[in-house]
Amino acid sequence: MGTGMDSHNLKPTPHGERGKKKARVSRWLLLLALIPALSACGDSFGWYVVDPTNKSGWLNLKFMLSGLWYTIALSLTAMSISLVVGLIVSLPALSPYKALRMTNRVYVDVVRSVPLLVLMLWVYHGLPILTGIQIGAFWSGVIALSASDSAFEAEIFRGGIQSVDKGQYEAAQTVALGYTDTMRFVILPQAIKRILPAIGNQFIYMLKMSSLVSVIGVEELTRKANELSTVEYRPLEIYTVLILEYMVLILLVSAGVRWMERRMLAGERR
Amino acid sequence: MSPNERTPVIRLHDVSKLYGDFRALDAVSLDVAEGERVVVCGPSGSGKSTLIRCVNRLEKHDEGEIVLDGVTLGNNRESRRVIADTVGMVFQQFNLFPHLTVLQNLTLGPVRSRGVSENDAKARAMKYLDRVRIPEQADKYPTQLSGGQQQRVAIARALCMEPRVMLFDEPTSALDPEMINEVLEVMAELAGSGMTMICVTHEMGFARRVADTMVFMDKGAIVETAPPEKFFTNPESARCQDFLQKILAH
Repeated sequence: MGTGMDSHNLKPTPHGERGKKKARVSRWLLLLALIPALSACGDSFGWYVVDPTNKSGWLNLKFMLSGLWYTIALSLTAMSISLVVGLIVSLPALSPYKALRMTNRVYVDVVRSVPLLVLMLWVYHGLPILTGIQIGAFWSGVIALSASDSAFEAEIFRGGIQSVDKGQYEAAQTVALGYTDTMRFVILPQAIKRILPAIGNQFIYMLKMSSLVSVIGVEELTRKANELSTVEYRPLEIYTVLILEYMVLILLVSAGVRWMERRMLAGERR
Repeated sequence: MSPNERTPVIRLHDVSKLYGDFRALDAVSLDVAEGERVVVCGPSGSGKSTLIRCVNRLEKHDEGEIVLDGVTLGNNRESRRVIADTVGMVFQQFNLFPHLTVLQNLTLGPVRSRGVSENDAKARAMKYLDRVRIPEQADKYPTQLSGGQQQRVAIARALCMEPRVMLFDEPTSALDPEMINEVLEVMAELAGSGMTMICVTHEMGFARRVADTMVFMDKGAIVETAPPEKFFTNPESARCQDFLQKILAH
């Protein structure tokens, strides 16, 4: 998180812009080169299981891709919730009152110390016993992912908000803004711009961690791959395709985050 | 009628501010009348900034009493209201909102906390940008402006709240020398319009021209208060004489 935050402050020179484009192209070339390179490995590969040009391969591919919806829905829902919860949790950390700061510390420390997979199993198998409310696998996954991530988001928000100069609060006070308006119009817009790379990082992390919900039976990408693998006995090909699926998703996300950063940096610079 | 005979807008009585054992302000008393221009000077660390920052409660005083427009300041809603309605402030580091355009910097306060409509706030903003002579910069971001222009925007931002008192905390100390005058000119004009002002500054030429009252501070206390004619020609205290000699020498 730390290292990513500095890089966006560098002014892109024309040379850097060209370099970036080059890097982007080479990244995709690498990806394309991966497939024939692997298939060249001789007998150990049997690409027919996922070859779109034959019928069963095409059906298998379609089956694998049908997990895409859950992966995306799960990650997006969990990310949205964890951003909101993370922001709410981060605010007491900036309070002058020790009791409020403690609530933040306790939440962050407790939630951060539970392994995600363990939390997921606990929410799915344990929480219904505790509450008597049956929650499905999808929402168990959302709860576990967003709870776990919110502790990290809270720390990111705290860092971002604390990085905004004290003079900004004072200036806001002299134009008679209250706490909510100061946060909404003055502090958060500046903080969010600075933490965008870190948030992008978390989103990528979230996308990858969503694969863990396969364990509690959500029909997302990893689960589909598992299921296909048990009928086709071709784990190498199937999991390779699975890796490519995640790679494409994540490259798209990182391109999106970069685009947003560029857009937000247009105009002002401090 | 001399300024001192009018009712004070700001009255400080035996005000002290402590940081641990250190007395940043030590039993300071000062009355500022409506329309009076007070210039505060003194060596660094003498409590000048702390003094004016206590007036709008950016710092909370620990002892004594500050009365602003008839309201005794404390940690309550009434204090916040009277400060918001009465006092504007300009900072050494400008403290403009870097993510907003000049125009947005100026309209944010009036729209959000005064309930002024977006259009009226814009008209008001343009009026004050005109007054600080940079209406053409309205759509730029603060970082695209020079230091002097930024500080003039900051003055306009404070004026958009239509305060009765303006506080200036070393407004030219962070500026390159060639930009100091454009800011001082705007401030002198403002003084000419009858605005009540407390300025912390080392610009003695400006002080001599504009001030009704000079205040010299040292070690958290007010050492000398005098009209500028007397202050610059015949200061009473040795510390003040010493200080003036040092800064007027060059």
